[in-house]
Amino acid sequence: MDLLRFSTAGSVDDGKSTLIGRLLYDTKTVFQDQLDDIERTSAARGDDYLDLALLTDGLKAEREQGITIDVAYRYFATPRRKFILADTPGHIQYTRNMVTGASTVNLAIILIDARHGVVEQTRRHSFIASLLGIKHLAVCVNKMDLVDYSEAQFRKVVEEYEKFASKLQIPDIRYIPISALRGDNVVDKSDSMPWYEGSALLYTLETVHVGNDLNHVDSRFPVQYVIRPQSDEYPDYRGYAGRVSGGVFKPGDEVVVLPSGFTSKIKSIDTPEGPLTEAYAPMSVTMTLEDNIDISRGDMIAKPDNQPRMTQDIDLMLCWMNDKPLQPNGKYRIKHTSRDARCVVKEVKYKVDINSLHRVEGDASMGLNDIGRVHIRTTVPLFNDPYTRNRGTGSVILIDEFTNETVAAGMIL
Amino acid sequence: MDYRLSQLKQLEAEAIYVIRETAAQFERPVLLFSGGKDSITLAWLARKAFWPAKIPFPMMHVDTGHNFEETIAFRDKFLSDMGARLIVASVQDSIDQGKAQEEKGPNPSRNALQSITLLDGIEQNKFDAALGGARRDEEKARAKERFFSHRDDFGQWEPKNQRPELWDLFNGYKHKGEHFRVFPLSNWTELDVWMYLHEENVPLPNLYFAHKRNVVNRDGVLLAENPFISLMKGEAYEERMIRFRTIGDATCTGAVESEADTIPLIIDEIATTRTTERGGRADDKRSDSAMEDRKKAGYF
Repeated sequence: MDLLRFSTAGSVDDGKSTLIGRLLYDTKTVFQDQLDDIERTSAARGDDYLDLALLTDGLKAEREQGITIDVAYRYFATPRRKFILADTPGHIQYTRNMVTGASTVNLAIILIDARHGVVEQTRRHSFIASLLGIKHLAVCVNKMDLVDYSEAQFRKVVEEYEKFASKLQIPDIRYIPISALRGDNVVDKSDSMPWYEGSALLYTLETVHVGNDLNHVDSRFPVQYVIRPQSDEYPDYRGYAGRVSGGVFKPGDEVVVLPSGFTSKIKSIDTPEGPLTEAYAPMSVTMTLEDNIDISRGDMIAKPDNQPRMTQDIDLMLCWMNDKPLQPNGKYRIKHTSRDARCVVKEVKYKVDINSLHRVEGDASMGLNDIGRVHIRTTVPLFNDPYTRNRGTGSVILIDEFTNETVAAGMIL
Repeated sequence: MDYRLSQLKQLEAEAIYVIRETAAQFERPVLLFSGGKDSITLAWLARKAFWPAKIPFPMMHVDTGHNFEETIAFRDKFLSDMGARLIVASVQDSIDQGKAQEEKGPNPSRNALQSITLLDGIEQNKFDAALGGARRDEEKARAKERFFSHRDDFGQWEPKNQRPELWDLFNGYKHKGEHFRVFPLSNWTELDVWMYLHEENVPLPNLYFAHKRNVVNRDGVLLAENPFISLMKGEAYEERMIRFRTIGDATCTGAVESEADTIPLIIDEIATTRTTERGGRADDKRSDSAMEDRKKAGYF
């Protein structure tokens, strides 16, 4: 079976919880004891109806305030696919948690209230999805029941969104008129909107093609761990363990090891069940090479005719995620693939107003939830690719050297 | 050429990546092994991650003393076949040393006391990362967990202020005295675990398969006869055909009536069941945020 990771973002009133509740309920993922639990809690709070948001808001503080603070992960399956849903907060102050949830997904659901059209939150979510390189968007125009299932109203919202989305880099955008409350076009196609010729949301989720989302062209293997059994059975075994982040590796392939630049050939790709004939993203494997070269964690195995950039001066789009603002010329730890280094932030080139998508120049400060283009210099070279070409070798995080907190996420340009 | 991986293979690759990352980033990791199916899966994946070398860290069993006999026998055989080193941290020792106090009542549970013994075991052995088999689909507080979950020097979880965790870049930096809990099976569901155990032909304790056993029905939970619980007025043991969906402390792990005696039958049963696997756990029924509260205090 196949796997789709997707995210939803939004606040309580745009019907996100109802939508998720419906997906879980209609795919029989909500169990009787969970329903009993939320019935009990709903009744104790004096709610008039069953609050499906209680299913997704897992923390005490979230249930008290009726908002989503942190990402919650939900799992469901249909006969076609397994789904991992990252339910992320929509409030601006929790943008960092939204970025966390959206960083690993194939598809993002953007919910728009049919009565209100595109609002600030829609723009922010869409921009972040685009920034994170999400290739598929399902724009769900919700609460169609409240606008009499009007095709004209749906078209108006779609047109408004298209105008804004032309500034984004998302190749696949689909528009679906739904009513999460009544179940129109969520799991089953609705009879109330005969003018809509597309498919229901669940069918879209089941069939969207995500096979090309991973890079199977540029061979990249960051060495994560060196395996040396030093046992009688394997006295001289030296295996390089890691997760393929791009391309394909086969025994016999000529490879180059960075940063040393030495070349060798792949001798074997090993698993306890026997050797493999090839390895590709996102497989976790162990490789051995023909020659005895000094290789350790943080090194990268690639192909001689297709190597990543090896640079210390790097431009990236940075999303600041900490209450403590960016220190001008500040030094941070940086993590990139299996490599740990330090870096200094040399310059903030511009910030992005995430509502208008306009560049704001001449403001070098970056605080919580700010997104901007920065220039950094690292203590050692990073073997990198543009984020748009490879998420794995194009992403970094910055860590405060004193608090050890993750303070920023960066996408290499 | 089709470069697709089945969803189980994707989950396996992700878990192995996380396990290797733990071994690489920490000085003294440990794998928490309970003898339940999730920790069995985790140990199995750890063996794969470092093969042909041995697993470069020990296993720790937090032993409540209230075990099913089968669990201990299975634990010893499974781990020795794998060549893994086992450390046992005993709740009884914590009680004897006056660090923990036994609950009172008809089925005194040592479930909550495990946190004390666990944190003690981590501190005494100077472990800086504890790998656990918890999954996000188990419970709503667990749905909020990161793969690398930071614990302060009191072993506490701070759910409202977790470190952002992006892509597969895991931040294991910490101060002295702090540690991490690491959950490689975060994205697995109960069904995934069973399908994987079946696909990989992993050995399992017999408790998971349907068998006849004496049980007592207490507040809708079927508790197996064992020396650690006492019958209350009007209660009696009766023999039923049951199996366990989770294996924990014998005093609070409920059985389900079942005829499923093979993994494919268990998979069929789970696919059609209408209660969650923790539905039989008396420890979760204590309040709406029972798990969040225990996790904040250092529970698994």
